[in-house]
Amino acid sequence: MTAYDYYSIVQGALATILLSVASIVLGVPLGLGLALIRWARVPFFGRVVVAYVSVMRACPMVTLLLLIYFALPQFGLSLDPTPAAILALTAGTAAYNCEVWRAALLNFPRDQYDAALSVGMSRSLRFRRIVFPQILKAGLPGLVNEMTLQIKATPAVAVIGIVEITRAALRIGARTYEPLPPFVVALVLYSLIVLVLVKLQRRIERREAAKG
Amino acid sequence: MDHLMIIWEQRADILAGLLTTVELLLVSAAAALALGTLVAPALMSRRRWLARLATLYVDAMRCAPFLLFLYLIYFGLPLLGVRLSNWSAGAIALAVYNAAYMAELLAAAWKGLPSTMIEAAHACGFHGWGLLRRIILPPVMTSALPMIGNQLLQIVKDSAFLTIIAVGELTHQMNSIQSTYFIPFAAFLTAVVLYWAICLVIEIGGNLFARMTEEKRA
Repeated sequence: MTAYDYYSIVQGALATILLSVASIVLGVPLGLGLALIRWARVPFFGRVVVAYVSVMRACPMVTLLLLIYFALPQFGLSLDPTPAAILALTAGTAAYNCEVWRAALLNFPRDQYDAALSVGMSRSLRFRRIVFPQILKAGLPGLVNEMTLQIKATPAVAVIGIVEITRAALRIGARTYEPLPPFVVALVLYSLIVLVLVKLQRRIERREAAKG
Repeated sequence: MDHLMIIWEQRADILAGLLTTVELLLVSAAAALALGTLVAPALMSRRRWLARLATLYVDAMRCAPFLLFLYLIYFGLPLLGVRLSNWSAGAIALAVYNAAYMAELLAAAWKGLPSTMIEAAHACGFHGWGLLRRIILPPVMTSALPMIGNQLLQIVKDSAFLTIIAVGELTHQMNSIQSTYFIPFAAFLTAVVLYWAICLVIEIGGNLFARMTEEKRA
């Protein structure tokens, strides 16, 4: 492997990180929104969320990407590969994040909510000051776990032609006829990204614990 | 509507793809569960080198995306002189990759067993294979059942990656249909619905199995 090969894998890593970060930044709040729809028992839409999560749990990322990239132009909406990839990854991760948020909401002690109600907090204040900080703490391990799964789901974007770590490694292997070294480099890069996330989670948890 | 008619006319190919996906699921799930059952005790072994080796394997799989591991098997094994068809390379990759996750969730359930149960079994003269089969595995399997079900869904989802190495599974068949007839929406939507159906069957099957074991114990 030449220096340029390492450079191209690192370029791929940037694509992996960009796609993961974009879909996480969009998918985490979207998941919270979906969870709140179920939590508030909004008629009809609650059912829609249940169906959506069930389908997304079963839908392979490769299939979803192909659906979004090839089928949306049929309805007059042509997306470039990168927005299509972000849309598919976000749709997938939002469903899993919805389940994490929902579990945190279900475990939220009801009496605190009633207490906030009794001191006359408005709905948005109740959510911002009482509910959200606590479900964020409870949901954090699950959210980070889903983020690591999300990073491992990104290689699927290869089917619509985006070059990220795995695809970059494959290309080098195809050129040098030595597939193992670039794959090892790729594995190390993925491990580093996952490790950074897990470290970050531990740090946040420790800071929260120190705060009491 | 005529798009759906085209899909219906291609039902033989779609069914073949669906069967390939289910076949891959059954073969690799059985292999992953068996391999996971072997690795789980190694993870908790008192022999340091064995525990370290098993942990290394599980951690490596947890850090690697499935597609990367698939490429490793698909391009790496021929270098070692092992020649495989695409189907078997895919099945091996699915099995070995998911075995690590199976091992971890079985080990978690295993650690939850009360030690008094195993001591009681020792006192009754159970040891080795008999102890494993009669005393340890039944409660481990039943308590890990929901997690195993989740892992089966993961295998179904991972199997779609095999389209990249041209295994004729569901996504692959649908992709070739959509590129022949230019009906991407109908084709991939059918694929998503079929994947959903497979996963619903797994979930319902898991619930039935859980109820059966519960009745047996009661």
